[in-house]
Amino acid sequence: MSYCPNTPAEQEEMLAAIGVKSIDDLFAPIPPHLRARSFDLPPGMSEFEMLAKMTALAGANAQGLTCFVGGGAYDHLIPTAVDHLANRAEFYTAYTPYQPECSQGTLQALFEYQTAICRLTGMEVSNASLYDGGTALAEAAIMSLRVTGRSRLIVDGCVNPFHRQVLATYLEDIDVEIVTVAPKDATSDRAALLAALDDRSAALILQTPNFFGTVEDLTELSAAAHARGALVVASTYPVALGMLATPAAMGADIAVGDGQSLGNPLSFGGPAFGYIATVKKYIRNLPGRIIGETVDRQGRRGYVLTLQAREQHIKRHKATSNICSNQSLCALRGLIFLSLLGKEGLAEMARLNRNKAEYAKGVLARIPGVSVVGSGPTFNEFVISLPRTAGPVVEKLLARGVAAGVPLGEYYPGMENCLVVTVTEKRSRDEIELLARELEVAL
Amino acid sequence: MKLIYEQSVPGRRGVQLPACDVPEATPLPAALCRAEAATLPEMSELDVVRHFTRLSRRNFSVDTNFYPLGSCTMKYNSKGLEAAAGLMAPYHPMIPLLPGGEALAQGCLGMLHGLGTALAEITGMDEVTTQPLAGAHGEMTGMLLVAAYHRAKGNKKKYVIVPDSSHGTNPASAAMVGYEIITIPTAPYGDMDMEAFKAALSSETAAVMMTCPNTLGLFNPHVKEICDLAHGVDALVYYDGANLNAIMGKVRPGDVGFDVIHVNLHKTFGTPHGSGGPGSGPVGVKKALVPFLPSPRIVKKDDGSFAIDRDNPRSIGRTANFFGNFGVMAKAYAYILQQGKEGLIRVSEQAVLNANYIMSRLKAYYDLPYDQTCMHECVFSASRQLQHDVHAIDIAKYLIDQGYHPPTVYFPLIVKEAIMIEPTETESKATMDSFIEVMIEAAKLAETNPEVLKEAPVTMPISRLDETKAAREQKVCCIG
Repeated sequence: MSYCPNTPAEQEEMLAAIGVKSIDDLFAPIPPHLRARSFDLPPGMSEFEMLAKMTALAGANAQGLTCFVGGGAYDHLIPTAVDHLANRAEFYTAYTPYQPECSQGTLQALFEYQTAICRLTGMEVSNASLYDGGTALAEAAIMSLRVTGRSRLIVDGCVNPFHRQVLATYLEDIDVEIVTVAPKDATSDRAALLAALDDRSAALILQTPNFFGTVEDLTELSAAAHARGALVVASTYPVALGMLATPAAMGADIAVGDGQSLGNPLSFGGPAFGYIATVKKYIRNLPGRIIGETVDRQGRRGYVLTLQAREQHIKRHKATSNICSNQSLCALRGLIFLSLLGKEGLAEMARLNRNKAEYAKGVLARIPGVSVVGSGPTFNEFVISLPRTAGPVVEKLLARGVAAGVPLGEYYPGMENCLVVTVTEKRSRDEIELLARELEVAL
Repeated sequence: MKLIYEQSVPGRRGVQLPACDVPEATPLPAALCRAEAATLPEMSELDVVRHFTRLSRRNFSVDTNFYPLGSCTMKYNSKGLEAAAGLMAPYHPMIPLLPGGEALAQGCLGMLHGLGTALAEITGMDEVTTQPLAGAHGEMTGMLLVAAYHRAKGNKKKYVIVPDSSHGTNPASAAMVGYEIITIPTAPYGDMDMEAFKAALSSETAAVMMTCPNTLGLFNPHVKEICDLAHGVDALVYYDGANLNAIMGKVRPGDVGFDVIHVNLHKTFGTPHGSGGPGSGPVGVKKALVPFLPSPRIVKKDDGSFAIDRDNPRSIGRTANFFGNFGVMAKAYAYILQQGKEGLIRVSEQAVLNANYIMSRLKAYYDLPYDQTCMHECVFSASRQLQHDVHAIDIAKYLIDQGYHPPTVYFPLIVKEAIMIEPTETESKATMDSFIEVMIEAAKLAETNPEVLKEAPVTMPISRLDETKAAREQKVCCIG
């Protein structure tokens, strides 16, 4: 089914208007020696057949796992109204709002999104979204290089390892030194981070809650970085910002993170969105699209894409980033989610997450041989140590339908016995107790 | 229309959360907590539903309006694709990365592998990574692969060559990987100037980036010669797949000699544009570049099952959090299944037919700087209308009043007052005829009553906006 509407008769009329005999004549500019040598694909199918095939594929995934896995993607509830509104065709079949008069819906929504991100993070300006948390971290790092004119990045090893890998990939071919400071006891090694900071450092890159779930106070580190003339990039988990001190309050210059937890399904890792926000003085260094408020000819309030002279379609190789398409629809989902939860709702959701995680921590710590790693406070994730290698234990539980957590040995050599357990508001007390029972049996 | 924050009522709630079935935890130390709750809207569910429904009605979209936005391929997004992606929505991306987890995610892994295999066949490449999250992200991934290739060979390379008709993302992506850019002018016949290209090509050329057909909608018949010349100095040739919708089944970039390509699933493969994203930009490469592809890679084992290969020591590394924009890829895979071989060929044929039809019917009314058979899009100039002080933007705004999303204007940069029209294959002759009539009307108004064009739009909730004020005042959020 190709969704091409024109009948043979209409096509003949069109060919006549063009003044050619056949569609093949239109492809005459392509010389024979450039023609495709193969195009070996199966025949097409109806929507019904396609959906049957996709249903079969989906069925090849394990169903109904009880999920205590995070690692940068979180199983949060999504109110039905998010799907209903974001699935309005006027949003999802529109494109970038280059023509503001017929795109005010998208433009105002993204202005409201930028506002939500500023209010969550305490920052002054936000762009209209980036791809994901990892690429947002990389863009923030590149932004810090541009702002400071320096070429050294100090990265806390407690930052999500996948995000750090994306950062390293982005900077592989640029003359930048990345210094990664290994964590200590599931917490930032503050002394080592302070020692790594110097007058050549462009940024100190931190995360709270960190990959182990530990809530870090970044205030002192931020002050030290600023004293050296470096910026502070803080990656945060937006649901946690329903409770935790904002990146701005802790001294961050650039706040970034992954927005999946705000109303976007897990969807095997994408699409969701990354956010980036900063202080007003760095607005011209932000990557990607920004929506600004203005007025029309009659003085009525309206919204437009603004400061486009930063962007690739104007500045080409001198742009602040190469990004063009962003994750607008996912950012819209984030905004709708935050609007439905509201001021009290997000705070309550954050409390629920922490309550459930603290309960799980207590229950798991009572299992003989299991202990909680690190003494710092945590939000909805924490690390436990097992009396033996975590991988095979996780594998055993997985076979029983419980995804117990992420074993840490692969990402942090020396932590082979450890796993990070995530407990969102969706996990019930019964499920937490199931995890504890299964874990005890598996050990 | 009021901002959502201006409709907030203190104490109002929209969503009830599950009851807390565990004891209340000891609060965190105050120093770690926010001083006050974020000032998010406080609204009922109906308030929120009505607000966003009203906002949505202030948009043009493919489902409501013809949207011939050149270079963006705004084709119909069939509804079955949404249903297909929904089937795949609940899976956690960490599951296959856990010990024993691959077996539990065979559907997701199989879908990604199947899509990669299909895209490799469509484009004539040897292997495809599905990690890149959008077209520009694919370009940057491609340039990282180019850099890795040259590093492995010990090549000293410094420059990337792009034609001046290229998308801005091409030079921007190459610059992000540290290359310097050489821009080649367009010759009067509409393709990259071959003499200027030969003069610019050197042993220090890392890559040549081409869009084919280019942004003028023209197919460059010398594209193989360009590939051969580049290969002669061990430069790689990059294919920007933005315009792949024109040539499916007709030309495969891999057969022509391109080494690296990206495809925009949100253009050619029917996935919706989402008000500006998410897209998806899988990258295909020839054998010589396979070792450098992003890690992890999804592979098919001898027993027919799918696995995640994390042991890629020569890989450029990870380019995205997980496996790419999976939900977008599920739609693209469903699209390819539905189209099949003949469907995809028909897509390109009908896209080219539609574009040539509009071009032939409008060229008496608008200047056509490169007057030859076009591929999937055509580029006019409003230079004739400029004599009456009417600009491309005025024609665009008049189209809005008539219920059409305007074509792309002022791009490509090399055409003065450019009007770039891409109807796509999913539009009917009747829709295009109506659009053509309005375009002809606009051309007549430029001569007889240009004020109507310059005042447009007058039927929208707002008129033309003061962009200078927006840039000067930089009000990008509403302080709470």
